[in-house]
Amino acid sequence: MTTKNIHIKLDEMKTNSGLVKNLELSIGKIVNENYNEPMGPTPMPSVTALRDWDLKLLNKYKPFYMPDCDSCCLCTFGKCDLTAGKRGACGLDIAAQSSRIVAIACSIGAACHSAHSRHLVHHLIEKYGRRYPLDVGGLNVKVEAPITRLVTGIKPETLGDLDDVLAYVEEQITQVLAAAHTGQEANPLDFESKAFHVGMCDHIGMEVGDIAQISALNYPKAGTETPLVKLGIGSVDRTKPVVMCIGHNVVPSVGIIDYAKEQKIDENIEVVGLCCTAHDITRYYPRGRIVGPISWELRFIRAGLADVVVLDEQCVRTDAADEAAKVGSPVIAASEKNCVGFKNRTNDTTDAIVDDLISGKVKGVLILDPDKVGEVAVRVAMKIAPIRKRKNVLPSAEEVVTISKTCTQCKLCQRSCPQDLAIPVAMKAATTGDISKLTDLYEVCVGCGRCEQACPQKIMIHSLIIKAGEKAMYSEDNLCRSGSGAVSDVEIRSVGGPIVLGEIPGIIAMVGCSNYPKGGKDVYDIAREFASRRYIVVLSGCSAMAAGSYRNSEGQTIYEEFPGGFEAGGVSNVGSCVSNSHIAGAAIKVANIFAKRNLRGNYEEIADYIHNRLGAVGLAWGAYSQKAAAIGAGFWRLGVPVIVGPHGSKYRRVLLGRKEDPENWNVIDARTGETVNGGPAPEHLFNVAETKEECIVQIAKLVMRPNDTWKGRAGKLSHYIDLHKRYMGVMPNDIHLYIRTPADIPITMKDEIQKILEEHNWKETTIPDPTLLPRMVRKMKE
Amino acid sequence: MSCEPWQCAEIAATKKANPIPKPEVAVAMIQRAAHPIIIAGSNLTERSMDCRLAIDFIIDLAKASNVQVVATAHMVGEFIKRGYQPAAFMNAMEIGQRVADPTWMGLDGKGHPDLVILVGMPYYMQALILSGLKHFAPTLKTMTLDNMYHVHASWSFPNASLEDWANNLKMMTSKFGGN
Repeated sequence: MTTKNIHIKLDEMKTNSGLVKNLELSIGKIVNENYNEPMGPTPMPSVTALRDWDLKLLNKYKPFYMPDCDSCCLCTFGKCDLTAGKRGACGLDIAAQSSRIVAIACSIGAACHSAHSRHLVHHLIEKYGRRYPLDVGGLNVKVEAPITRLVTGIKPETLGDLDDVLAYVEEQITQVLAAAHTGQEANPLDFESKAFHVGMCDHIGMEVGDIAQISALNYPKAGTETPLVKLGIGSVDRTKPVVMCIGHNVVPSVGIIDYAKEQKIDENIEVVGLCCTAHDITRYYPRGRIVGPISWELRFIRAGLADVVVLDEQCVRTDAADEAAKVGSPVIAASEKNCVGFKNRTNDTTDAIVDDLISGKVKGVLILDPDKVGEVAVRVAMKIAPIRKRKNVLPSAEEVVTISKTCTQCKLCQRSCPQDLAIPVAMKAATTGDISKLTDLYEVCVGCGRCEQACPQKIMIHSLIIKAGEKAMYSEDNLCRSGSGAVSDVEIRSVGGPIVLGEIPGIIAMVGCSNYPKGGKDVYDIAREFASRRYIVVLSGCSAMAAGSYRNSEGQTIYEEFPGGFEAGGVSNVGSCVSNSHIAGAAIKVANIFAKRNLRGNYEEIADYIHNRLGAVGLAWGAYSQKAAAIGAGFWRLGVPVIVGPHGSKYRRVLLGRKEDPENWNVIDARTGETVNGGPAPEHLFNVAETKEECIVQIAKLVMRPNDTWKGRAGKLSHYIDLHKRYMGVMPNDIHLYIRTPADIPITMKDEIQKILEEHNWKETTIPDPTLLPRMVRKMKE
Repeated sequence: MSCEPWQCAEIAATKKANPIPKPEVAVAMIQRAAHPIIIAGSNLTERSMDCRLAIDFIIDLAKASNVQVVATAHMVGEFIKRGYQPAAFMNAMEIGQRVADPTWMGLDGKGHPDLVILVGMPYYMQALILSGLKHFAPTLKTMTLDNMYHVHASWSFPNASLEDWANNLKMMTSKFGGN
């Protein structure tokens, strides 16, 4: 690997005391001679090194800001009213403030993933040594870390090499966060560029974490068929003690699984995960169970199913310990980032800790040694399960009716519900003994519990919903494909050409959280729609869980109905949050492996390739977190469009193109150097879809690229028109903007479309060899 | 009727919508506007009163007032199904961005809208679009027709029952000469 450290080479040096010849001295790391790819123009880019590229994108896709708040309260000059053009005491206006919030959110997300990865790398180096080799797919993967290579120019080979990569990421996050201080950056587009930068770093941070854990924890490797694993609350064997791990960092869960295996009691205990920790548990231990996303935390705990709750990091409800205490479940906090106020018992004996937890002397402990977490969690679960006897706080069916009668119909529950659910109506029906409306809420409730916080009668509304939905909850016994990690080079070779030529209509990456507007079924429906049409569907995180939670008319889950590879008509799951890096990595590898573009430190060229040629779309239907914002920002900088569900509007800005403005869509034809119109493809870089139906249509449109061959464009248009007619009820009104030559017209729609083209006075154009980088023209001429 | 934001946490506004005390006031404002448009969202087929869906009330109002309708999400098909052809259909963010741009000449190219009436989107999403317009199109007037108070609009009906909502919309339609 290369480093930034000092490397001195002297052919000959004469001094008073003698002659030195051929002296070569390295201080720091040894230079890796095996990585011969020439270095591109931007290795380890600084905050501004890719600013010009960002501004090209931001000029094409202009921000539309929707401030959540009229004021700024980040310094003591404030609060400052920034309404409608007013500037604050520091001089900042609302556009810059809005973009500053975006940059801060993306920085938090990037810091979160990268700190997670830093912990993993530290821990794994401590356990396996710095020289432990990285292996994400054996001979199936030659480009083991495409994002890292692309951005930093480093080809990591060992766990120790990842240290340097993370050092770069950490520095950049600090630089971007610093720019958000009062009296620094002032321009909205510069804040946007910084958000893009930190998003790119987020992708590196995720990649580092996942390749470290794939290698050292021996997860399934790229190119192998990963197993189907159990998913859902109903899949948990409730006759056994249950350890529930919540969060994203698998390290404590590994301690639990290892201890249970060492004691040969792993068959006698259930180790279940919630949120992305669950994915990584099953990558390490296929007998593990995926309970569900963050929304399932209260359900699982209140139903008394967890005998021990282990909290690691990220997306952990901060009241999980209080909720667990109500059902007598001891809690182990296992992350420095989430100490829960518990006493640090890391250096105490396990006997003492176990005794204190079993006796109820303490409701929880902080243990920062994952092996000790493992022993304590398993021993406590085994001992406390027979004592707890699934103690829960759910009311009986009769109590649901009785409690509902205390509702005053003040509607504060509905007004506090992010989904605006008609809780008062359901409560009123329950007073008559009809709990069916409460049952209906179970499917669409995101489990936030805000209704209970608002209720002046202190009704445990969420518990009533869980009780009413209990039957559905225990029938959640489904299958998820275990996370596959990186996409293999073989898969990239198979699909690279068809994707770039448009013969595979697109890659749909469905990532992220579970803040769904109408339940997880939308995710399943969208994934199935596109898999059926032979798009490549790739999922991760909570979306991968939601997609696996429903069955077709044959009783198959989506992972049984469709093949599990990165292929046309495939539905794959890359794994946890940090595995999202492999989706960006796959796009980068198409440019590298299929198109033979150099990766090393060559960001702009690769992003330009992806933006203009690769029909990929990211969808975070239930995005809620800062991490999701950072993941999105990493895709924006690569030029990959991202759609979020309606709640994603709360990220407070979108990046939109204006399809009716021809100048917006100018590209350079790399063959001639001429500026030509490439059409609104992709039309947007970041947008919100209001409904599932609209989302499906948007996806079908956003996979189009200026480079599409006529055959590819005709196929993509065929899907777009068909889906538009089906879900919007009418023909699209922008077909004429996507047809460049008569050959682009889907053959079965020729007459209909010909008429539309005549109405719009359509004129034939050429299909360009598109680029936004003038230097690519020079390169082609050479 | 309350002029608190319908969603309890939606409080961070220094400039708050003027409440519309009665439907006649909303009618007068629409009549005064040269280029009003209605942006109609996906909740119009989710909410009902008087055994009719909200979309049916909006169609009546649009027909009576001759105000152009932009259907967001997948609503265009829902309008057409009911025999009403909206002037345009567009993603909610797309129409929001265009309306915020003073150089945009409207759906028919005849002039930038001077009154934008929003109705029927998810509350939080509509609130954010209204905020975007408040900040970046400060001379534009915005109005909401929902029964939920929207703090970021120029004018908003207060929070109201479904029955009052239906009555308000019916009254507006009748004042425009419709049934």
